[in-house]
Amino acid sequence: MSRPVLEIRKLAVTRNGMPALDVPDLSFAGGEICALIGPNGAGKTTLLLSLMGLVKGAAGEVLYRGERVEPGRGAAALRRRMSLVFQEPLLFSASVYSNIASGLRLRGMARGQVREGVERAMDLLGIAHLARRRAQALSGGEAQRVNLARALAVEPEVLLMDEPFSSLDAPSRETLIADLERIIRRRGITALFATHDRGEAIRLADRIVVMNRGVVAQDGDPNTITQYPADEFVASFMGTETILAGTVTASSGGVMTISVDGGAVEAAGTADAGTAVTFCVHPENIVLSDGVPGTSARNLFRGRVERVVPMGLFRKVYVRCGFMLVAYVTGQSIESMGIREGKEITASFKATAVHVIKAVDKK
Amino acid sequence: MDLILDGIIEAFRLIVTGDPEVMDITLLSLRISGSATLISTCIGVSAGTAVALTRFPGRRFLISVINTGMGLPPVVVGLFVTIFIWRSGPLGSLGLLYTPAAMVVAQTVIAAPIITGVTLAAMQRLPGKLRLQILALGATRRQMVWLLMKEARLPLLTAVMAGFGGVISEIGASIMVGGNIRGYTRVLTTATVMETGRGNFAVAIALGVILLILAFTVNYILTAIQQGRGR
Repeated sequence: MSRPVLEIRKLAVTRNGMPALDVPDLSFAGGEICALIGPNGAGKTTLLLSLMGLVKGAAGEVLYRGERVEPGRGAAALRRRMSLVFQEPLLFSASVYSNIASGLRLRGMARGQVREGVERAMDLLGIAHLARRRAQALSGGEAQRVNLARALAVEPEVLLMDEPFSSLDAPSRETLIADLERIIRRRGITALFATHDRGEAIRLADRIVVMNRGVVAQDGDPNTITQYPADEFVASFMGTETILAGTVTASSGGVMTISVDGGAVEAAGTADAGTAVTFCVHPENIVLSDGVPGTSARNLFRGRVERVVPMGLFRKVYVRCGFMLVAYVTGQSIESMGIREGKEITASFKATAVHVIKAVDKK
Repeated sequence: MDLILDGIIEAFRLIVTGDPEVMDITLLSLRISGSATLISTCIGVSAGTAVALTRFPGRRFLISVINTGMGLPPVVVGLFVTIFIWRSGPLGSLGLLYTPAAMVVAQTVIAAPIITGVTLAAMQRLPGKLRLQILALGATRRQMVWLLMKEARLPLLTAVMAGFGGVISEIGASIMVGGNIRGYTRVLTTATVMETGRGNFAVAIALGVILLILAFTVNYILTAIQQGRGR
């Protein structure tokens, strides 16, 4: 396997005496698109800045193709092989053209090369018509496109982005994500982007690094992260609200029975009786039905709808059946089944839909 | 009423015919205040930028000192510069007292803190992340500072305007260190005071009008640049 483009070794940053980032080991392969996801204060921005040597007093090492990225002035040469885009476009008070040219000019390129680079970057992002406009007169979506063009004009090997889409409205965000993905894939750019939006992460990334309080909570492909969260934080951050704790009472034939407050759940897997487990059930794997469902699902619970929350194309339904189950249901199903608060309903899910997050053998 | 009317008519005659003495006084004023502003701009823009971009112990205290310096009373500046260049003072051997050079020094002491203070405020108003963004674009530290200054160019012009406005119209320091010597250190403000004291209102009004026109013109040019670029 070829050497990773970026490697982090024992990176630690403290802020006001508190640890802000503690990443013992993390690396990024060439051409990979990786999402750093986590709530505010998780250390995503600090991690991105550290990769460029822009965090003062960071302990540990960042290696760019084996070369150490020195924090401070020494890193300028390596920084010139990367680009960084912030959430706010931070454009200069100048024309769009000058803005996009700035990285090339800082590298001392000749006028002709600068023009070629700027034109190529403008074409990539479809903003050639804005060249003469003043940066301050752009809309939010246009400004972010200019910002990305400025970052891409220098043809970086690595593109770091800190919540690049979060200040955009939904339609501009979707088209920009699509355009950016095409550019990054075609050019084989290694891209890392911080986000707190799991939809964005799943949509664009090959790999998701979930961060919480300065540490990496889980690192894996989007499917692993969503289906097999490593802990309760990852599960809930990736959108699973049904997280329950219980004790294994029986286990045979690859199915175990877990006793929880208010009932018993069957889950695929084996564990000794008496093992304390925490598990989750994904909302899209919970099926709601009126009466007895025609399903082979091992887990069937009768419950009462407690809350229905609209969520774009579908609704989130909270069903209390001794414990709380959260299911995603389409608007059409809500209507056809007459789901409303207080309605009695059956919730079902398969034993294989249960993911055990943590198991502690009490013996 | 006649006094004022006659004064104004005479003033315009002096200006329109280009009275040699009035013209000399005007040119000297421009030379002295222009030089002081130029020197203060070099000092103030660098100092203000440096203080804005660095962190060191005592920084807050220094900023308070600079802000206080922005309001230095010219007579106090005049007093201290005079003491320094007085024949028996620390710099007495340079023989600067009652020379245009002494006036440039005094006016620089007045304008430099103004320009430093306004520059500092301008640089601090730039978004904090802009510095990181510029470094991330591949800038060296020197290139970063230059780009930040370029980004703050409009408020920096304001700093220069404020500095020039402060010194072209001040009188206390100029009269103390320059002495209002005819044809040598007599500038618009000192001459206006003198002519008024003598009752030569026409000349005083002419000098006053020129001072106003001068201040207005310089500020008009700077404002035009500022507004034009700002659009």
